[in-house]
Amino acid sequence: MILLERLAPELLTAAPLLVMRHVSKRYGPVVALEDVSATVWPGEVLGIVGESGSGKSTLLRMMNLEDTPDAGDYTLALPEVPGNLFALDRFARRQLCARRIGIVYQNPHQGLLMGHSSSGNVAERLLMAGERRFATLRARARDALDVSEFPLNRMDDPPRLLSGGMQQRVQLAKAIALEPALLLLDEPTTGLDVSVQALVLDTLKRLQRDRAITMVIVSHDLGVIRTMADRVMVMRRGRVVEEGLVDQVFQDPQHPYTQELVHAKL
Amino acid sequence: MPNFERGSVVLQVDGLAKSFRMHHLGQNLHAFDHVSFTLRAGEFLLLKGPNGVGKSTLLRTIYRSYLPQAGQVWFSHGAGRIDLARAADVDIALLRRREIGFVTQFLIARPRVAAEDIVAEPLRKAGMSAAEALDQARHWLATFGVKRDLWRAYPTSFSGGEQQKVNLARALILPPRLLLLDEPTASLDVGARAAMVARLADLKAVGVAMIGVFHHPGDVAALVDRDLVLMAKEVDDVAV
Amino acid sequence: MSPPYSTLANLTRPWAAFSYGFLDPSAKREMRRKMIKAIAVPGCQMPYASREVPIARGWGTGGLQVTLTLIKPASVVKVIDQGADDSVNAASIRRFLARVSGAAETWDTLAATIVQSRHRIPEERLRDDQVLVLQVPNPEPLRPVQPNMSIARQMHADADYGRLWLVLYEQMVRSGRIMQGAAYPALVNGRHVMTPSPIPRWDVPKLNMARHLTLLSAGREKRLYAVPPFTKVEPLVFSDVPYKVEDHASLTCYRSGLRGVFMNEIPQAAGGSLHEASDSHLGIKAIRRAEGEAVEIGPLWYRDGEFRG
Repeated sequence: MILLERLAPELLTAAPLLVMRHVSKRYGPVVALEDVSATVWPGEVLGIVGESGSGKSTLLRMMNLEDTPDAGDYTLALPEVPGNLFALDRFARRQLCARRIGIVYQNPHQGLLMGHSSSGNVAERLLMAGERRFATLRARARDALDVSEFPLNRMDDPPRLLSGGMQQRVQLAKAIALEPALLLLDEPTTGLDVSVQALVLDTLKRLQRDRAITMVIVSHDLGVIRTMADRVMVMRRGRVVEEGLVDQVFQDPQHPYTQELVHAKL
Repeated sequence: MPNFERGSVVLQVDGLAKSFRMHHLGQNLHAFDHVSFTLRAGEFLLLKGPNGVGKSTLLRTIYRSYLPQAGQVWFSHGAGRIDLARAADVDIALLRRREIGFVTQFLIARPRVAAEDIVAEPLRKAGMSAAEALDQARHWLATFGVKRDLWRAYPTSFSGGEQQKVNLARALILPPRLLLLDEPTASLDVGARAAMVARLADLKAVGVAMIGVFHHPGDVAALVDRDLVLMAKEVDDVAV
Repeated sequence: MSPPYSTLANLTRPWAAFSYGFLDPSAKREMRRKMIKAIAVPGCQMPYASREVPIARGWGTGGLQVTLTLIKPASVVKVIDQGADDSVNAASIRRFLARVSGAAETWDTLAATIVQSRHRIPEERLRDDQVLVLQVPNPEPLRPVQPNMSIARQMHADADYGRLWLVLYEQMVRSGRIMQGAAYPALVNGRHVMTPSPIPRWDVPKLNMARHLTLLSAGREKRLYAVPPFTKVEPLVFSDVPYKVEDHASLTCYRSGLRGVFMNEIPQAAGGSLHEASDSHLGIKAIRRAEGEAVEIGPLWYRDGEFRG
């Protein structure tokens, strides 16, 4: 079936925050990403959906500069890093990620020091950026946890003593403590009870509304994507098979795989 | 309230066609084709036709919840015109925020946002002060018959009818250039229905162009300028 | 046969029980190279082979190898353990050093050219012609926060010391003050964080912009690092929580009458406790001076419990 080709943006004058072009990555014989391009505009939420092994998490990790692709480039519209971010060395990447990119992982062990205090986990982010006043560290950690709707009477408990939902809130507080330009969410609610999942999504939604943080959220759960995202990319076997406004992709999916996915889940 | 220049063309639809490809069945489900019409500021176009003929589908195609197969949907915004059938997703998102409204009977309630804040939000985004926006929001909640003690509550806990009133108050508080109405009165009580029709008349008076599908078109009979009748067509079976 | 034929006897030196200064020349050459490297990159840990010496690992073998490399017949060595020259360990090391090198022994900080120490820095200010050798049990300040040493080295490379601050942050949260006593981490030359060995907080400021060279060496862990003269050594502190040394200003040594120096606490059977100067030879000099002897006491780092450099 022939579809009308979509035009380049005419009305939106803002420059995109994130541009990733023609990114490909293989791990041995496994194709993780094949010619993937993505664009994210300031203040919007891009959802990436697909089954396990579709490459969606790999793509997110590329956005967090945790890995370098075989081909392709990646830019963020930030004054301090004008060029291709994949060309940065490890040190520069670390600086950039610490200051400008926040990430929430599915597994809190990946993002948190489980034995240290929750507020300390948040404070570490600020310490990495050079904050050296104890009172400021304390106040900003408290604020970030509060915004993430973490119960402040438990702010000095270590994450290993907390429930899964609260661990995700600590991760979120850590991710937003420095007010990042980009917030990456890798299956942030997978593995949580349904009721807890709804509360965490609600927090994310509020945060997005109040602060207009640009987000990229990866999930295999269409419900999560529909709740959170403005636009969605559907990935399969390392490729983007469909991309569009969330309501359009879910109500009028074009690709056979997307149709299968939508009909299976709805 | 903004005033849209009456009589100017807001929407020009040419040869619009939509069908759904259902890959798992190897079939195309035909919705409509060769739909053409022009809509001017302040005009109210009523979509008519038997059930299942694709009236809602046409609205959703114009809104770009559905992707058309052919044709153009020229929408005149403040500074020119753009083909909604092919516009970039981010442009569509922008137009939906600023210029094109869509009212359905289905509410996407957002948890833990007070009813009055939901209604005030479009005004806030348009740059109105918080106090003034809240003032207007309360006015419209009252007009649509939402009880005062619910204004600060979260609509997620409301009944379907009350949610729909909040939904309408929000959708109609700021006049869009183009308003798409998909059976908005379906679950409303008489009072709210009357308030809505009155509000639609206000919007029409300031030049809002409207396309509507109504289960009981009698409600809006006084507002309708023209009808567009969609004809049923048989489902094409197309081999894969 | 007679010369000019080469024989084993005329190609080699006469047999001796061990090399000068005990370590063989190639071991010393490695130590010298690593010490020069360590001085070139202040605070950065340099790996070395760590030879066998005739004391057990963990008893000062790292410091001993540095001292054996530095020592020469004209050297005067002082060895202290927790401030005392007369402890068994300090005395054995000092005697060993003198026996293998012909260097002189001393207890007097002013007379020493090399001071090897465990856990203390003398109270008399060291001069630019003196070298301080500190014995280090654990050279890695990141070990408590990062058990994987490969990652810890990468953290040093990145100057990624957030987790050390995190430990201090949590001490403040839990106790309202910094609990770190000995081995207080310090940033050297604005670049590498080192552990100054388990010296008390009292002694850390003595390393900052000091006139003397300090070499720190861990024999078991096979790492050495250095604080060259006139190098910044800044203990990690929050800008709104000042660095505090032990509050010993008001204590008096019950034997020597010294005040304003670092004290050892001696609990008494009847309850309460007495204090004596931790730098034992300074105490001895104070007693002798009180008895009328003409004893020279050098300028002290601290006056009335306040560091004055």
